[in-house]
Amino acid sequence: MMNDQDKVLKEVTQSDYKFGFTSNIETESLPKGLNEEVIRLISEKKNEPEFMLEFRLKAYRNWLKMKTPQWAHLKIPEIDYQDIIYYAAPKQKAKPSSLDEVDPELLDTFNRLGIPLEEQKHLSGVAVDAVLDSTSVKTTFKETLAEKGIIFCSFAEAVQEHPDLVKKYMGTVVPAGDNYFAALNSAVFSDGSFCYIPKGVRCPMELSTYFRINAANTGQFERTLIIAEDDSYVSYLEGCTAPMRDENQLHAAVVEIVALENAEVKYSTVQNWYPGDKNGKGGIYNFVTKRGMCKGNNSKISWTQVETGSAITWKYPSCILRGDNSVGEFYSVAVTNNHQQADTGTKMTHIGKNTKSTIISKGISAGQSNNSYRGLVKVMKNAENARNFSQCDSLLMGDKCGAHTFPYLEIDNKSAIIEHEATTSKIGEDQIFYCNQRGIDTEAAIGLIVNGYAKEVLNKLPMEFAVEAQKLLQITLEGSVG
Amino acid sequence: MLKIKELYVTINDQEILKGINLEVNPGELHAIMGPNGSGKSTLASVLAGREEVNVTSGSIEYNGEDLLEMDPEERAHKGVFLGFQYPVEIPGVSMVNFMKTAVNEQRKQRGMEELSASDFLKLMREKSEFVGLKNNLTNRAVNEGFSGGEKKRNEIFQMAMLDPALSILDETDSGLDIDALKAVANGVNKLKRKDNATVVITHYQRLLDYIIPDFVHVLYKGKIVKSSDKSLALELEEKGYDWLEKEVEV
Repeated sequence: MMNDQDKVLKEVTQSDYKFGFTSNIETESLPKGLNEEVIRLISEKKNEPEFMLEFRLKAYRNWLKMKTPQWAHLKIPEIDYQDIIYYAAPKQKAKPSSLDEVDPELLDTFNRLGIPLEEQKHLSGVAVDAVLDSTSVKTTFKETLAEKGIIFCSFAEAVQEHPDLVKKYMGTVVPAGDNYFAALNSAVFSDGSFCYIPKGVRCPMELSTYFRINAANTGQFERTLIIAEDDSYVSYLEGCTAPMRDENQLHAAVVEIVALENAEVKYSTVQNWYPGDKNGKGGIYNFVTKRGMCKGNNSKISWTQVETGSAITWKYPSCILRGDNSVGEFYSVAVTNNHQQADTGTKMTHIGKNTKSTIISKGISAGQSNNSYRGLVKVMKNAENARNFSQCDSLLMGDKCGAHTFPYLEIDNKSAIIEHEATTSKIGEDQIFYCNQRGIDTEAAIGLIVNGYAKEVLNKLPMEFAVEAQKLLQITLEGSVG
Repeated sequence: MLKIKELYVTINDQEILKGINLEVNPGELHAIMGPNGSGKSTLASVLAGREEVNVTSGSIEYNGEDLLEMDPEERAHKGVFLGFQYPVEIPGVSMVNFMKTAVNEQRKQRGMEELSASDFLKLMREKSEFVGLKNNLTNRAVNEGFSGGEKKRNEIFQMAMLDPALSILDETDSGLDIDALKAVANGVNKLKRKDNATVVITHYQRLLDYIIPDFVHVLYKGKIVKSSDKSLALELEEKGYDWLEKEVEV
């Protein structure tokens, strides 16, 4: 009986990665290795103002003094930072002014990913910024957004055209020396997305960035900065994929969000970097620092993530609840399969009065993978009436995987009310048999059960993403039942 | 429709069924009765295709095909339905979604088109009224937080939705109060047609006050020791199962 179960398990978990192709696009890149000279070159290539170079160098000097964090429940192989290319960009003669001038091979890449860049196809109402190998390729719908005063462009462009905004907010939520990977990113990041919502504006469409690593031996270091002025609202989506390669590739991103008074920012991620093959070879190392600051009173930041890819995921989208009555939310589904490892969670720091946070984390482990939730709820001395609700569920498929929960609480104010719930369950043979008996095959049954389990989180995603995420969950777990 | 011949079954190397013979024809309603541990649920499991059930010899023919060769879902597509003794909870999966997947999967296998959302919801409403299942139950997650009675009614509801050719109801009456029992029996009676068959597995005769079987079989220590019409059920009710011991030993 156990054997049969293992067999099915194996089948479901062992499906192939759909986005593993490489595109034949000419890239311009710097030689491997990292030193001050490389950083100066990156800055120069991007024609950056002095303050940017200073920010990078300061970060680099910090980074040199830092060590790889060892506290996560991850086995991180030694990374040779001198063996990585820190800058690769698709070669284009000049910045394309319309899609006709964009390399057709590049457009094809995004089409194969199911990301149509043609604006007419975008009547569905999602503005897209596509980032290939660290460089923003095309941002759609810019003009429409500009009418409302919304700035949505690549980070590099923002540095050129809105240097004051960049200077004012960059590094205020995630300082250059925040942690090892954030410092690395701050030193070498090449592009990313920038988004600014002016006072009183409700962004009329979802803003979306698709990240794609293409070139070999290249690290991807993008940086996203979102600023929501008083009384504004924006919903932001992020998707990512990468080719199948035997060597591991490094992805170290930084996302900073600033929400001012009464502003609300929803940030949704469907992370599907290449996870490596069934034997654990290759895959992306995903070390990401995402943090939002509820700076103004009554502001709200909500993180939703569906993490299915990457060989290693190290990621803790967090909220600093500084404004009174501000709200932080974290909804996460993290799936690990085969030899994937994930250590993910959040930090909610309550500083203002009457601040509230909600954490819903759903881990799913299959194969020989390890999946950990790590979360910190911190209530500062003056944070009167802080409230937190945390729910951390783990679902195991088979008996070779692991699920771990590491909740931390630091409460310095007696008026705080903190609730924590945790469950661990296994997808039961009984549940699958029940579905089978109703004519639903095992694979579809797993899809159904897993999506049911993750429903609370999937419901938080915008419609287009929710459908994609549901399929992704099923594909990721194809071949894996217990 | 169903022909079981000299069926021997083990679970974890322990012999549970010891040479079962049973024939079920369209339009018939069979009741299989027997004390605890006689192998009733094992018989239901082997018909539905549970993995842990191991057939050591014998055969099961279903509409001329070898049932034992089929996966559980294939059996379902071909019209075999099992009403579970302990219906399983699937948190977060709505009954609507669950049933829609099941019904459309079955239709696909039969070369039919999927039902549209509105046709499907209409069917749901129709069938839930038919079996007297409250509408709000169908909006909840599969069996999650259902009372014992609701779970069993939900099984009959699913039976109505899938319209099986052969239904096996495993202890569907256990743990029911009289109203739920009547509702379940009523559903079974209403679903009975000339072209389908039902096998009701039960410990007690009280269900048979509301469902009139064409045949009653007594399963005892892994064998069908007596088959007769419904009068047998009454005899069992009166005398219990002990008297069988002597008869069987003979």
